[in-house]
Amino acid sequence: MNILTPKKVLTISIFLSLLLILVILVSITIGSVKVPPLRSIRILFLSLLGLKGAGSETERTILLSLRLPRAILAGLVGAGLSVSGAAFQALLRNPLADPYILGVSGGAAVGAVIAILLGLGTFSFGLPLASFLGALVTILVVFYFGRQDGKIHPNTLLLAGVITGSFLSALIMFFISVSRREELHTIIFWLMGDFSFSNARAIFIIFPYILLGFFLLYLRSRQLNLILSGEENAVQLGVNVEKLKLLSYLLASLITAASVSACGLIGFVGLIIPHSVRLIFGPDHRLLIPSAALLGASFLIASDTLARTLLAPVELPVGVITAALGGPFFIYLLRTRKVIRTL
Amino acid sequence: MIEVHSISFRYHEDWVLQEVSFQVEKGEFVAVIGPNGSGKTTLLKILYRLLAPQQGEILFELVSMKKMDRADIAKRIAVVAQETHLLFPFTVLETVLMGRSPYLGNSIFESEKDLEIAKRAMEWTKVLPFSERPMDELSGGERKRVFIARALAQEPEVILLDEPTANLDIHHQIDFLDLILTLNRERGLTIIMASHDMNMASEFCDRLILLQGGRIYKMGPPGEVITRENIESVYGCQVWIDQHPISGMPRISLMKKGGH
Repeated sequence: MNILTPKKVLTISIFLSLLLILVILVSITIGSVKVPPLRSIRILFLSLLGLKGAGSETERTILLSLRLPRAILAGLVGAGLSVSGAAFQALLRNPLADPYILGVSGGAAVGAVIAILLGLGTFSFGLPLASFLGALVTILVVFYFGRQDGKIHPNTLLLAGVITGSFLSALIMFFISVSRREELHTIIFWLMGDFSFSNARAIFIIFPYILLGFFLLYLRSRQLNLILSGEENAVQLGVNVEKLKLLSYLLASLITAASVSACGLIGFVGLIIPHSVRLIFGPDHRLLIPSAALLGASFLIASDTLARTLLAPVELPVGVITAALGGPFFIYLLRTRKVIRTL
Repeated sequence: MIEVHSISFRYHEDWVLQEVSFQVEKGEFVAVIGPNGSGKTTLLKILYRLLAPQQGEILFELVSMKKMDRADIAKRIAVVAQETHLLFPFTVLETVLMGRSPYLGNSIFESEKDLEIAKRAMEWTKVLPFSERPMDELSGGERKRVFIARALAQEPEVILLDEPTANLDIHHQIDFLDLILTLNRERGLTIIMASHDMNMASEFCDRLILLQGGRIYKMGPPGEVITRENIESVYGCQVWIDQHPISGMPRISLMKKGGH
């Protein structure tokens, strides 16, 4: 009889981690300066040990200071968006929910656009910090208006999020219309999601939030299963639903905020990765959350690699790739697997 | 076992339940009947404390339910609600294992022991043969039995049923209620069921509680509650009542207006 065990989750996670490592290795060898795979591995391992034996100075700089941090950042964001997407779909019981559904992204965007217009974008921490703050303020506003008599009603929260989001969109439109040409390009790329201007140090800003958010959400993964069949259903099975909802919504929002602040609004990842994982491994969050995190990380690193190499030396916003790759792939999954099981 | 002391409840302005008091003894099979909007479902929701009454209190084995936490309640009272919406359908086994949730506390995974209990529950309700099938591939009758298995996996003392036979054909209605009756008689489970089907309730239950407008109109064995006067007064329509030819329990026949 098939029962989900920690061993099964661990086995699948290890397998997906190996895939992730492979994707990272491939990603850092590809680019305008080609470093052969074996030499890349040698450079990586030797530097991990604190040695400088392999490769030229240039190769080491490109690999260790440019490509590797960028891959790690893309991986963190891909994992974050996938996990928060999965959580929002469960909490709102809506297959179309994505990490941006509560308007958190709008707040991040306004923060980023203001930072760009003020010229803060050139400072290393300026852009991610401003958008993270924007997202946090939005979370506070949405939860303030989305709660009634101390309780979260999903529809009220959803409406509060969507309306806050449209208001913030209006602000963004306004800022765009008054911005100058050179700022416009940066703004548009940020809105489409792009790693080219992200700073390696952003890793340290977003890593704690995504890791902590993931860990705390995972502790509630079994209870998220119960809430999928409705809040009353979860209460019948002994779950303290109000506590679960408040914590999970906040954690998912926080993960979203941290993710978008690093690279802008990358669409589609938070929607297609959770659904793809459900199609492959089933709807159980105890397996879904870690698998979505690892696959989401691989997917976004691969997408970003394509984004920076496809039309090199021109870099595309990674959002273009995620949508262009993700759409057809998702349609393929839908057609080959049973649609009813997810929608 | 359950003592309901003068509870009143309202969602907004109007009282949905008013000064409702009754007791249910261990091992009883009780049906709550009454017209639409009489407060049946609300009463069930109060009994497992999804809703808290504004007045009065409920004692579960002499302990106020206010003092019990959610998991405590779920270990003793299981609920089989009306059809739940399946967004991302789990398999039968996964669904039944969810019944172990109140015992798991902070642990994320079920143990071998939980699996054993779930298996036994599935055996009882005869859903073991299709334990690996996803819920959305089952018929309505099979799904109901899965939810009974999930309730049994909670190892409760009481099972609350909300309109359990709605949407089932007569074969599955009988199947289902026979299963419930077996659980009641052989395992001593206390059953409280809200139902529209008074003939079913009369046939299967020890005692009926007839609600009208949020108050108890009449309470007692089927023979005392299902009388022409009571039903016509509460439902406001003409009925004919005789006895079931085999069991001898009261039986309601409907009549069209102005006919006969």
